[in-house]
Amino acid sequence: MGSSPELLRVEELTKIFKNGAESKTVLERVSFSLGQKDSLAVVGPSGCGKTTLLLIVAGLIPPTCGSASLDGETVTGPTRKVALVLQHYGLFPWKTVGANILLGAQLQNIQVPREELAGLKRELGIEALDHLYPDQVSGGQRQRVALARALLLRPSLLLLDEPFAAIDALTRERLQDHLITIFRQRGFSFIIVTHNIEEAIFLGRKIIVLNDVKPGVRTLLENPAAGTPGYRNRPEFFQRSLQLRNILEDIE
Amino acid sequence: MKRQQVKAYAITIFLIYAVWYVLSLLLGSNLLPDPIIVFAQGGREIVHFSFWEHVFASSFRIGVALILAFITAVPLGLILGSHPRVDRLFAPLIYLGYPVPKIVLMPIVFVLFGLGDTSKIVLITLIIFFQLLITTRDAARKISTEVIYSLQSLGGRRWDFYRHVVWPVSLPGIFTSLRIGTGTAVAVLFFVESIGTYRGLGFYIIDAWGRADYPTMFVAIIALSIIGIILYELFDLLERKLCRWKTT
Repeated sequence: MGSSPELLRVEELTKIFKNGAESKTVLERVSFSLGQKDSLAVVGPSGCGKTTLLLIVAGLIPPTCGSASLDGETVTGPTRKVALVLQHYGLFPWKTVGANILLGAQLQNIQVPREELAGLKRELGIEALDHLYPDQVSGGQRQRVALARALLLRPSLLLLDEPFAAIDALTRERLQDHLITIFRQRGFSFIIVTHNIEEAIFLGRKIIVLNDVKPGVRTLLENPAAGTPGYRNRPEFFQRSLQLRNILEDIE
Repeated sequence: MKRQQVKAYAITIFLIYAVWYVLSLLLGSNLLPDPIIVFAQGGREIVHFSFWEHVFASSFRIGVALILAFITAVPLGLILGSHPRVDRLFAPLIYLGYPVPKIVLMPIVFVLFGLGDTSKIVLITLIIFFQLLITTRDAARKISTEVIYSLQSLGGRRWDFYRHVVWPVSLPGIFTSLRIGTGTAVAVLFFVESIGTYRGLGFYIIDAWGRADYPTMFVAIIALSIIGIILYELFDLLERKLCRWKTT
């Protein structure tokens, strides 16, 4: 993991939200790096700045201090190298599933060969949904539609904000396996924000724990076996889960 | 129009007819003639070219006014709704301008634009404009931050924001406003056509009323109502076609 070339470097990142005279620090001097074809899970209590971190890396909001740089270039706005799947998937209810999937590629003038599009939809099990609207499909299908839309952008870094939060346990595991398969096939890196300890352990080769009480305090766990076949049933998985649970309980 | 809708319309028309007929019997007055007499008069009226001149004059005025209100109010409403700073700048003008009953400006509008079509179109446009502006602005305000982030992360720029987000989000509200505006527009049309003109269904109604020709007056009332119904159904149809995501 440490040997892969660096893709993302986050340095001393601080974000303070101001509302009139009041201000709230949600991230304070957060630093980490992520290699190519690597994965990072971000966990922590609600309000600790997990989503804010993703939005800064995606170039959607600026940091107050510090920086995020991608391939050595400071992130100052949305970039083609980064794709984002938001917590509620960010699908447009007024567009059909088919139009939603193609929207990003259209906006960025990316030519998507018909075979590639059909293959991706088949891979994600959403090939028969094109004519439907997002409100007509299940939460799991919406999640895969959002993933397909992001993957068509061929990103170097995929950002996922609690993508499996509203999905039942079994479907969630299937989708996690799906994500790992696609991640291996396509060779991008991803950062996943999650509340779920097991999800973080299964998906993140690195795990960063953010703290809402002391925004500057965070813990970084190395988890090199993440995503390997059968990892969920290994003692190592349970040990890591317990370790992460203890860290989170200490914070709360 | 679906078969069910046609059936609903047929039942409603029958009920109106039945109530009208009973009321005409109870009143026993020329003021509310038997519907059969009105329909017979309608049959005689529609074969005259002059009747269609009145229908055309009214349709032209209301149609042009709605189009003008749409092309001025909707873009402005979309901009105000999606840019809080601009909205704050224009808010006093809207809050002061909306409650003023624009119909009281009629003498000024007549002086400025004359007694022809222009003044009537301007007055209807002015009244519909504010209704359409406010509902469009309020509809555009409902855009969530998540949707904005989603579009930006996909590489959307300002124009894409209007095209792929603001416009579709606001469209159902725009159609609701147009449907409500249709009723107002028909009422204002009748009012402005009843003064200083010899063309239009408003004039036709007042003229027949003055001559105590109540069957003809009712023929013109029905014709004006049909214009309103056609516009209402047109906006309903357009909404069903353009906002399928709302109706599926």
